[in-house]
Order: sequence, then C-alpha cells, then structure tokens
Amino acid sequence: MRVRYGKATAAFAIVSALSLAGCSSGESTSSTQDTTSCKPSSGPVELTFTTWVPGMDKVVDLWNKDHPDIKVKVQTGPNGNSGTYQNFFNQLQAGNAPDLGQIEYDALPNFRVQDGLQNIAACEGVADAKDKFVDWTWGQVTFGEDKAVYAVPQDSGPMAMFYRADLFKEAGIKVPTTWDEYAAAAEQIKARGSYITNFPRGDVNWFAGNVWQAGGQWFANANDKWEVNLTGKESEKVANYWQKLLDKGEVSTLPSFSDEWNASFNKGQQWTWVSAVWGASTLASGAPDTAGKWAVAPMPQWEAGGKAAGNWGGSSTAVLKGSKHPYEASKFALWLNTDPQALALANKLGGLYPAAKSAKDLGAFSGGVDYFGGQKIYDVFADASSNVNPNFTWGPTMTKTYTDVSDGFGKATSGNGTLLDALKNGQQKTIDALKSQSIPVKE
Amino acid sequence: MSAATAMTTKKSAAVTTSPRGPRHSIMSRGAAMLIMGVFTLYFLTPIWWLLVSSSKTGGDITGTAPLWFTADSIPTFFANLGNLFTYNDGVFGRWLANSALYAGLGALLGTIIAAMCGYALAKYEFRGREAIFNVVLSGVLVPATALALPLFLIFSQVKLTNTLWAVFLPSLVSPFGVYLARIYAAASVPTELLEAARLDGSSEARTFFTVSTRLMAPALVTIFLFQFVAIWNNFFLPLIMLRDQALFPVTLGLYAWNSQISQIPELRVLVIVGALVSILPLIATFLGLQRFWSSGLGAGSVK
Repeated sequence: MRVRYGKATAAFAIVSALSLAGCSSGESTSSTQDTTSCKPSSGPVELTFTTWVPGMDKVVDLWNKDHPDIKVKVQTGPNGNSGTYQNFFNQLQAGNAPDLGQIEYDALPNFRVQDGLQNIAACEGVADAKDKFVDWTWGQVTFGEDKAVYAVPQDSGPMAMFYRADLFKEAGIKVPTTWDEYAAAAEQIKARGSYITNFPRGDVNWFAGNVWQAGGQWFANANDKWEVNLTGKESEKVANYWQKLLDKGEVSTLPSFSDEWNASFNKGQQWTWVSAVWGASTLASGAPDTAGKWAVAPMPQWEAGGKAAGNWGGSSTAVLKGSKHPYEASKFALWLNTDPQALALANKLGGLYPAAKSAKDLGAFSGGVDYFGGQKIYDVFADASSNVNPNFTWGPTMTKTYTDVSDGFGKATSGNGTLLDALKNGQQKTIDALKSQSIPVKE
Repeated sequence: MSAATAMTTKKSAAVTTSPRGPRHSIMSRGAAMLIMGVFTLYFLTPIWWLLVSSSKTGGDITGTAPLWFTADSIPTFFANLGNLFTYNDGVFGRWLANSALYAGLGALLGTIIAAMCGYALAKYEFRGREAIFNVVLSGVLVPATALALPLFLIFSQVKLTNTLWAVFLPSLVSPFGVYLARIYAAASVPTELLEAARLDGSSEARTFFTVSTRLMAPALVTIFLFQFVAIWNNFFLPLIMLRDQALFPVTLGLYAWNSQISQIPELRVLVIVGALVSILPLIATFLGLQRFWSSGLGAGSVK
C-alpha cells in the first residue's frame, strides 16, 4: 500500500495557518526511502522522544543507565489531540521532529498518510517482535502491509464492564452478559431511580470501541483508496441500541470525566460503566466513596455466549520520519514496550496497560484490587484484549471525524436527531475531509 | 513623584467635573451598585470556587458543596500545595520561575523598547515617520496566535526552537506599547523641556532616560502591565515552540497536566491548586501597579 496525497492548495494552506494540516510541500520522498536496510550508526547517539505519559522520564532513566551510547532525551507536552500531534506535523514540516513520538492508534493512519512515519520493519528485532504483542495492536502498527512496521505498540485499552456488584445483588437483578439483558436491566434500574450507565456523547472513540466489538469497521484501505463506512449494519445496530436507551431516559448524558459525572458515580446513581482498563483508576479516584463495591465482568455480548471485546484508547511508540538513527530508535522502542522493568514502572507512574502479552505476568496486574473487592480484574481485561478483532482500521482524519460525530451525538442526546443521523452526517463530512486533503476515497 | 502627578490629575479632574455632573438619584445609584455587584459576583465566583476547591481532596471536589469549605480544608490545602510543589520533582516551581522570567524580564525589556520607539516617533521629525507608525499600528491588528506558526518555522531555520529564546524574543515585541508610548509621549513630554535639556548639554539618551521616562511613567506602567499579563497568559506560542518541560511556562505545564487527567486522575487536584497559585503573581502585580495604571488609562482622553 502506498498512499499518495497531493499538495494542498494555497488557499487551504492559508486557512489552516493555525492548524497546519501537515500538508507537506513537495518534500515528501516517501517512495524513495530504502525499507530494506536499517544499520546501526557509528559512535554514540542521542535520541529525542516526545511523550505525554507522566513519569516516562523515569522509565527512560532506566534505559540511559544501561545504554551510555544511546542516550534518550524525553520531551513532553499535552496529550496528542490537545496539541502534540499538531506539533509533530509542524516539526515534520520544519524538519526537526523528534526521533520517537507517542502516537495513539487512531492517529497513526493520519501520520502514515502524511508520510510522517519511518518504516522500521528492517531494523533488528522489529519483525520478530510480532509475537510479543497482542495481535490486534500489531495490526494497528503495520496497517496490514507486508514488510512494514511503522511503530511499536505501547499500551492498549481493552474494554469490559465495571458494575456495582452490591447494587445488582441487592436489587436481585442479574448482571447482564448480553446487550439484551443489559437493556432489560436498564429498565429495572431506571424504575429504581438510577441509571444503568452514562452515554458519553463526547467520546466517539468509546462508541467506535462498541462498533469494534460488534464486528464493524469504520474504515478500510483497498487498492490505494480509502473506504469510509460509519453507517454499516453493525454501526447502525449499536447506534439504534443506544438510541433506544436514550429515548427511554434509561441512561444519563453527563459530559464524561466532568465533576458531575464523577459525582454521579460517587453517589451510586450509575450502576455500570462499559469502559477500558484504564477506567479502573478513573473510578477509584472519581468515586472514592464506592470503594469495594465494584466488580468487573466482560462486555455484554450481541450473541449469547460470545466473547468479543472492544478497545478504547492506547498508543504506540513511532519512529518519526527524518530520524537519523532508526536502528537505535527502534531498539529503544522495543525495550520500552517489552522490558518487564520498564513496563512495570510505566504502569506505576503513568497508568499504562501494556500492549505486550507479558503484561499478565507483571506483579501490578496479577493481584486482586481492593477497590473492586479484591477481584483480580486484570485477568478479565487480559482476556478481553485477546478477543479484540485484530483487523480494525482507523481513518486518516479521526480528529475531524470525532468532532463531527460528537457534534451530532450532542444534538441527539438533547433530542435533536438520532445517533444514526450523527453517523450519517459524520460519514459525509469525513469523505469531504479526505477529499479536501486530496486523499483518494471511494464513494 | 509619579504618584504625586497621579494625585493632582485626579484632583483636577474631580474639580472640573463635579459642578456640572449629573445629579445622582438614589435610584440610579442603587441600580449602578446592583449592576456592579452582579458583575463582581460573576467575576469573583470562579476564583472563589478555585480557592475552595484547592482546599479539597480529589473525592471531596465532586462529593461536597462546590462553593464551601470542608471541615479539614486548611490542612488539605497545605497538603495539596505540598504535593503541587513536589510532584514530578517539583517541576511546577520550575514552571513558575520560567513564567516569572518570561513575563517579568520580557515585559521589562519590551516596555523599554516600546517606550524608546514610541518616544522617537513622537518627538523626532524624520522621513517615513508616519509610515513606520502605521506599520507598527497594523501590528496591533494581527493576533499573536496567527504569528505563532510562522515564527515556529522561522525559529526552526535558525535552530532556536525548544530554547528559552523561542518564547522570550517574540515576547519583547509590543505594537500596542509603541502606540501607547507615542500617544502619551506626545501629550506629556513638552518639546520645550527637551530643548532646554539639549541646551544644557544633555545627550538624547540621557534626556530620554532621566527626564522623558519619568514624565511617561504612567504609560510605561500600563505597557508593562499589559505586556506582563499577555506574556504570562501566552499559551499558544510556548505550546508550539517548546518540547522540554524544563522550559515550560506555567500555563502550558498546567494544560499538559490537565490533558492527562483521564490517565492520572490525581492530577485534577494539582491542576486546580496550580491554577490558583499561577494567578497569584498576576493579582499581586495588578494590585501593586494599579494606581499608576488607572492614571495612565485616562491620559490622552482629556486634553
């Protein structure tokens, strides 16, 4: 797969002066890059690594202690969509991008399309590392291309269902294992004056995680053309499902992670949260009064007896275009994301749930968690992780798609249109966005 | 002596306006007070919330009354403050120091440059004077955010991104300051005085620094204050320029923390306390320079 894109028009370049859509100006020499060799540099090198994971500098200190010849310098910033991606694009344009950068899976295609990533498949140990990572994460960093690896998986966000074990038990309601049971439980919980959950109108990637679980695909890349499919039958099914819950008022619509949202969980008005593994610490800090009352179960299923899980979040360590030391950079990226000591520290300081399969052997993930009544919750997530569909593709304009769809979701939650309308609108807007960047798209 | 000038200006203003001023009925006074009261409340409530929330633990922020303290507010506040300055090896203190450097020194030098420029435009006749002034004036119209990206590309060329200079140098420029300095110098520095100084053998530079700057003091304080606030609150330029967190100003640092809250929820408390601490220098500067400022604002409006 070779993705080509044209130059932006002058007008577009001016309009986007603030956001510099990363349209390179004819310097993109993607096709000439030699992907078959990756040789070590002679002499000591210094690498720069931009990440927004808190405490990553401490993890890198471990590496620097043992590798005096490959010194890594950590640079930081706000999380990707809050500015760091834009900075990467600016820096790629100016030719001073860092050697390594943290990039979330849903942003990788954007960097790929803008030719911001270096193919490190030929670097020592990279191709062999495939088996060390959870299958679906490897799919994310290769885009399904042959002899191509564009980043090393870092962390992931397999989804499961957090639920209030005490409340379900007290009320005599069965903990739902299918979405049908979930809807039935929602009705009963509503009758008791609470909500089964909150519909996160702003978190379109949460919704995408649900579509992912249902077996849907929002994007595909075939024959050098992008296909956009936000309104496929799985997406429709998921949208209609949540629309029904919204119509009946069985889910609340608070802005996620806001104070009201935390308070609602803390006061016991929310009985479940279908969320990613990192949600465990969000709950623990946002709803401290409910400690010990929560438990974790696999995501409800569309078909009884199924095991499918979705994913919400997660990122990779990419070697950015223009790095003079891809060999050393990929060596570091592999160490960072597979070394047990590094993974343990990154989890402790940065809350990362590793994409490496060895995660389940780490001390941090093997014991019971008090907040969840001593349940070994990470076993549930490790299971979920292995049941995430490995062939899910993100599009090259996810930030735009997220914004458009979440606008529609916002309207839908205030009774203006439906979730499906929002997806339909997002579909059209995404196609327009691809076209405006001269990215080939199938209509 | 500038204080004295301010006093006399105020007094004379009061004397000239009071006899012809409108008669205030109790009603209109009451209405004015009410409106001011409402606005004061509107502006102070968020700060009050910030203060109250700074004295709570993460759980209490959501679990207790948002606008009132909890029983152990005082120890919690100091514990939060302690955490703020120790988290991540005390990087917050570093950010504060950076902001103080960028804003303090930047505003000081920026004020001097603007003052010299405005003074020259007001007091010296030379070809192209109006043209230069108009170019500077048009600079007021261009928002600083629009310049950040071009600046980044230029600084990349000379390899100065991710350095102190990348934020410091652009902060020195203040078109508005030049404008204000010119207007004020034209109104408050008598040409006769400069001629007298010249006759006495004072060099132009010496006249400027010893005589003119004193006459322009209220305007200079205003420029300093504007510049200080603008640099302190500047966010987009550092966001684009800086990658090394040891160089971050406090605005960017707090923003970075805030963007990580969903991963590291305990940062929420630190962001709130940090926001409170970060506005204290602004409040202190404002209160300290306020009286010069108000006399500066009125200058030029009544001639």
